[in-house]
Amino acid sequence: MPIQYYLFLSLTLFVIGVMGTLIRRNAIIILMCIELMLNSVNLLLVAFSKWHQDGDAQVFVFFSMVVAAAEVAVGLSIIVMMYRKVQSVDINILNRLKH
Amino acid sequence: MGVYELLFWVLTLWAISSAMGVILSRNPVNSVLCLILTFFAISGHYILLNAQFLAIVNIIVYAGAIMVLFLFVIMLMNLNADTEPQKNRLTQLAGIISGGILFLVLLSALRVSTPRTLDPVPLEIGLIKNLGRTLFTKFVLPFELSSLLFLSAMIGAVVIGKKGNQEQAKNS
Repeated sequence: MPIQYYLFLSLTLFVIGVMGTLIRRNAIIILMCIELMLNSVNLLLVAFSKWHQDGDAQVFVFFSMVVAAAEVAVGLSIIVMMYRKVQSVDINILNRLKH
Repeated sequence: MGVYELLFWVLTLWAISSAMGVILSRNPVNSVLCLILTFFAISGHYILLNAQFLAIVNIIVYAGAIMVLFLFVIMLMNLNADTEPQKNRLTQLAGIISGGILFLVLLSALRVSTPRTLDPVPLEIGLIKNLGRTLFTKFVLPFELSSLLFLSAMIGAVVIGKKGNQEQAKNS
């Protein structure tokens, strides 16, 4: 199995995540698309770990999962706080920093 | 086409179609379920790549913990209705076009790379024994730092979550 296939698979998943971030308005779904992008990069790291036959990349994936878990905890609590204030998770309401 | 290739293509189609389901479904609960399916497909890829420990951790942490957190938040906010406001057509079209352009640019950059084959040889590096040895010898400092990160994220989540209550208590 050429490693290019894994490159293209990760690229496709990453671009799907980018598109979801751009076209959706729900803040929770945008957070989920960020998770999708993180996972596609993790998959590529594991593929290269197998190619180099080195376990360090898998440890790196482990740390990126840790960071993703912390990010989701804080991000979801921010979304919950925003929902309490404005009763919506629409990101178009979040442009108050502009004015 | 051997079993390895067949499994690769099945898992690839599964991952891409469920990832499309994440961004295309109107209902946020369906999006979360599609994302869980995507994570299972990615775990299957990890098993094909001899990363057995990461496959299990991916299922436990992502599909288990993180997605349940998402589901809890969506159901607490009562968002499981199909009445979500959509962006207007022009913005959606612009998003799809810019994502497609990013795809084309990266694809054309990666297309010319020299092909290397990943042989389906049995490797031992993905097992918990070897991975744990690497984690606790070479990467012991980042491991401890990640515990600090978790602690600060936990405190941050609690503080952010409590703030509204205190203000409400002050106002009332």
